[in-house]
Amino acid sequence: MKERPLDFGALFGSFDNFMSYTAGGLVFGAIYALIALGYTMVYGVLQLINFAHSEVFMYGTFAVAWTFVFLHGTGRVNQSLGEALPVLLAALVAAMIVSAAIALLLERLAYRPLIKKGAPKLIALISAIGASFALAEAMGLRDRFASWVGLDDNLKNYVVPGKARDVYSNPVSIQPKGLFDIGGYSVTDVDLVVLFAALAMMVALDQFVRRTRFGRAIRATAQDPESAALMGVNSTRVVQLTFLIGGLMAGAAATLYMMKIGSTRQNAGFILGVKAFTAAVMGGIGNLRGALLGGLVLGVMENWGSAVFGSEWKDVVAFVLLVLILLVRPSGLLGESLGKARA
Amino acid sequence: MIRSSKRWQALALTAVAGLALSACGTTDDGGSDSSGGGGDAGASPLCGKSLAFLGALTGDAGALGQNMVGGIQLALDEYNKDNADCKIELKTFDSQGSPDTAPGLATQIVNDDDIFGLVGPGFSGESLATGKTFFEAGLPSISPSATNVTITDQGWTTWHRVIGNDDAQGTADATYLTEKAGASKVYVVDDGQDYSKGLAGKVSEVLGDAQAGSDQISVGQTDMSAVVTSVKAADADAVFYGGYYTEAGLLAKALRQGGWKGTFMSGDGSEDPAFVEVAGPAAAEGAVLSAPAAPAPSDFGATGLYATQAYDATNIFLAALEDGAETGEEINTFIGSYNEDGVSGPISFDDKGDIESSSIYAYFVKDGELDLENPEQIQ
Repeated sequence: MKERPLDFGALFGSFDNFMSYTAGGLVFGAIYALIALGYTMVYGVLQLINFAHSEVFMYGTFAVAWTFVFLHGTGRVNQSLGEALPVLLAALVAAMIVSAAIALLLERLAYRPLIKKGAPKLIALISAIGASFALAEAMGLRDRFASWVGLDDNLKNYVVPGKARDVYSNPVSIQPKGLFDIGGYSVTDVDLVVLFAALAMMVALDQFVRRTRFGRAIRATAQDPESAALMGVNSTRVVQLTFLIGGLMAGAAATLYMMKIGSTRQNAGFILGVKAFTAAVMGGIGNLRGALLGGLVLGVMENWGSAVFGSEWKDVVAFVLLVLILLVRPSGLLGESLGKARA
Repeated sequence: MIRSSKRWQALALTAVAGLALSACGTTDDGGSDSSGGGGDAGASPLCGKSLAFLGALTGDAGALGQNMVGGIQLALDEYNKDNADCKIELKTFDSQGSPDTAPGLATQIVNDDDIFGLVGPGFSGESLATGKTFFEAGLPSISPSATNVTITDQGWTTWHRVIGNDDAQGTADATYLTEKAGASKVYVVDDGQDYSKGLAGKVSEVLGDAQAGSDQISVGQTDMSAVVTSVKAADADAVFYGGYYTEAGLLAKALRQGGWKGTFMSGDGSEDPAFVEVAGPAAAEGAVLSAPAAPAPSDFGATGLYATQAYDATNIFLAALEDGAETGEEINTFIGSYNEDGVSGPISFDDKGDIESSSIYAYFVKDGELDLENPEQIQ
């Protein structure tokens, strides 16, 4: 095979291509950003990296596909965004519920017992990694769980006996419609929904944290948990709320991801989780606006890197960029913590 | 409060233990109970022993391994029905297709005295990673599906395959694209694995000037927008993808959604109905998937790509058994001189262990489904 030379011309040679790579990166960056929120919220409040958050997202993607199978059946069809909208909204609700439930379960089983006993942060980190494996494997073995209770026949469209670890696709393939072109990139209705839904949720969450009573409690706990507790803030409740919000956002991200990609698998959370975590660190971990900026920057950088060096280098480009940013700004691009956000 | 938190812990522990138990269960699905060796004094000493299968049963390409096991099991069932006094069992070893997992399992296989032959390994990467182990232990193997060219260049005389290698397929694919599909600018993408690079590399080589560009994605990648832009920027009228069905499906989907209208072609790693599921019926429409395998006869009792090859490979071992071969060396000699028609085509091996004649077929996605019954022979 021909060796691929460094190809700056591919990216900067034509405005069309440049815009096309950028637009594609922004759409995926928005999904990174929504997942990154979960990492950043939990870190802001607990100074803990919740490594099991990628699995919270992965369960959301399955909830979306299952909702379609349940309401639509397994017949494979193409539908436009408009046709799929009612089921998609149901899937959004299901994904948010499932993801939030998994996040709350995580908090209850993997974190709260440790926090109560005053365990070092490192222990909670390991507990999170363990929970992440357990959740991913449980999804990969769901056909066996179903067969233990004798439901594998009834649930065979959901658990796919024998192929539970294989790729699982939404039976309804959402066919995007090109609305207009930016450069050579045909911007579709799906792309716009992904981008604007991500932005809207970010703004809503940002306002929630800055303006509401619950938001104030979250910020107070993030700033100084002991003083907050003395002032009557129920810190357990705040931690729960934080996980809940992270889970809801991951469920929304899962729905957008399934709209765009359409298939998932039991380890789908891993790579996206790493990317989202990177986005959170890049933007300044603990900072909501930083997560958005980090996600979008990462998505765009990956595509630019793919254009110049080839797709096999996209992760190298993204992570070198992360190191460079952290060298110059050790606390990330917007480096402000959740607690310091002003109302 | 305390009581309830203890109960939660107990629940979590039970769940974890359950996971651990079921995880153990995944490595060896096959019947490992050898039902009391043989019976007749004149029966082969191999009666009651086992063939092994090594390949992906779960994981990214688990569907392909399941197909192979279906073929092996069919051959064994037929044999065991006719030879009730000399039953042969199957032991499966799930490598998930990973060259990192396979060597450990290979060691298990060669240390298991019950195993007299191997159907597999399934994929090229794991074949390269384990070939030396099997060769040194003298365990004869026949792969139904590993097509990388370099495997048979290693001098492993116990290693055989009943499928044409990637040189044959790559040449046929490139020729199909330029001559039948009329493409003059082909963009070549692969996923960086041994099999994929081998096949895509051969396609590139044969294409020569008709290649418009190349890119490499990674396994597990879902965002294909950069590749789509590159393909469109190169003004390609065809894309060849070397790799497996998940990424192939996602790439085809992203290309169509990006408004690209050329011919999408991929090799045998993608020739699975799951390709259509991932891409969606509209994006998959018209895709061409090649495989060095004829469709199974209509009365064949197993389904899926590689099932016929696995069936044939198993039958070669069983024929060796009936021929009176007892040791690994004798079985190996028998395989070397084998010359019969299997369900997948005529089978005989050259000195390197490659099959001597193979045909390449192009399968098409029509009306939202992969048409497995009406392929076109392209070589």
